Amino acid sequence: MQFVEGTHAGSTAPLARRRLQMVVCLAGLALTLSGCRLDMHVQPKYLPDWPSKFFSDGRSDRPPVPGTVAREDLRIDELMYSGTENGVLSNRFPFPITRADLERGRERYNIYCSPCHDYAGTGRGMIVQRGFPQPPSYMLPRLRQAPVGHFYQVMTNGIGAMYSYSARVSPADRWRIAAYIRVLQMSQNATVQDVPAPERERLQQASTGQTPGQAQ
Amino acid sequence: MAQIFHRSSNMIARLSIAGAVILLGALTVILYEIALSPWYTNERVTLQQPVPFSHRHHAGELGIDCRYCHTAVEKSWYAGVPPTQTCMTCHSQIWTNADMLEPVRQSYRTGVSLQWNKLNELPEFVYFNHSIHVAKGIGCTTCHGPIATEPMTYKTGTLYMSWCLECHRDPAKFVRPESEVFNPFYAQPTYGAPVTFEGVKYTDQATLGSVLVKKYQLQTYQYCSTCHR
Repeated sequence: MQFVEGTHAGSTAPLARRRLQMVVCLAGLALTLSGCRLDMHVQPKYLPDWPSKFFSDGRSDRPPVPGTVAREDLRIDELMYSGTENGVLSNRFPFPITRADLERGRERYNIYCSPCHDYAGTGRGMIVQRGFPQPPSYMLPRLRQAPVGHFYQVMTNGIGAMYSYSARVSPADRWRIAAYIRVLQMSQNATVQDVPAPERERLQQASTGQTPGQAQ
Repeated sequence: MAQIFHRSSNMIARLSIAGAVILLGALTVILYEIALSPWYTNERVTLQQPVPFSHRHHAGELGIDCRYCHTAVEKSWYAGVPPTQTCMTCHSQIWTNADMLEPVRQSYRTGVSLQWNKLNELPEFVYFNHSIHVAKGIGCTTCHGPIATEPMTYKTGTLYMSWCLECHRDPAKFVRPESEVFNPFYAQPTYGAPVTFEGVKYTDQATLGSVLVKKYQLQTYQYCSTCHR
């Protein structure tokens, strides 16, 4: 109201305008300063593992409703997801095992299995050396004769002191690990006759201390 | 009329101008140093945790692979803090009476999560992705430091944008062979300790880095939207 009066009363106009400018500047400064918040730094959202005050268990990660099927995760393939065929442990793999699968299997085995089963599968890994009950060696006749489905099932459900690894290793990777366990079993029980003929020559040269390159 | 100021005021005036410049400079340096100091960045500062978990023991002495616990690191932006079940995989059998581990057992019994204190915190407008970094030859220890020697974990970078850009401008300085990404004891090649990649021995990071940058097709992305989305 004063401002309106001021514009009418010619002589007070400059003063009123200056006051107005002052007020606008201060308001601007106040707005700017009050705008210094961390809205972008700290956003009203949840990221994985963040706590929540809203849910009674204190977690923002919600368990799926029972019966939920994730996209591309419909588990109707019995062999793939349970290691059995018609309820009997199977000795077949649900997909053809290639060299790449074996290499992936070795990598996953070394990450998840070797702490107890050790890199060769004899069951004397570092954690066993520190007091964990020793698992059986894969070289036991019982385990050499066991169908691959058995290894898949043990990884999926756990056995004895061993917990389930289903949350850590995907079903396809469990099959690749099972395939690699077969490789380990073979590696300790192979004869020269198991080596393909062209490779056998190289192997024999290597065992006499010569590499094919040196031989020429 | 007498002069208000004595002649010496000239000198004082000049000195105060110079003083102001020096003071401003000093203030800038001091603020800069404070912003880079662990007091402000929390670098190399450990936090109180519910359980004094030692990466030195687990990753260093026992040689457990990073991915045994941080299972999502290869397929997600988030490396993942392991669930209590992962701890209990071993600790249901060993150190079962240790008081230190009681919070873990309690969490497993009751289903209430352990609440760890976060060390490496990014502003929430930064979208960092672990999976692409580990897939392109950037090792865990490149950012997380000598984690396998840390009894209590601390962060080893400022996590400032300049820190990220250091590598985004020139990844050749940091990249390592993919097979060494999860090796916590990897050291960059030196003349005395060369690194072999695809049958070739490298004795310096500059050469190895430039080979790997080409091999892995590393991009020097510096667009704002690379990280700020």
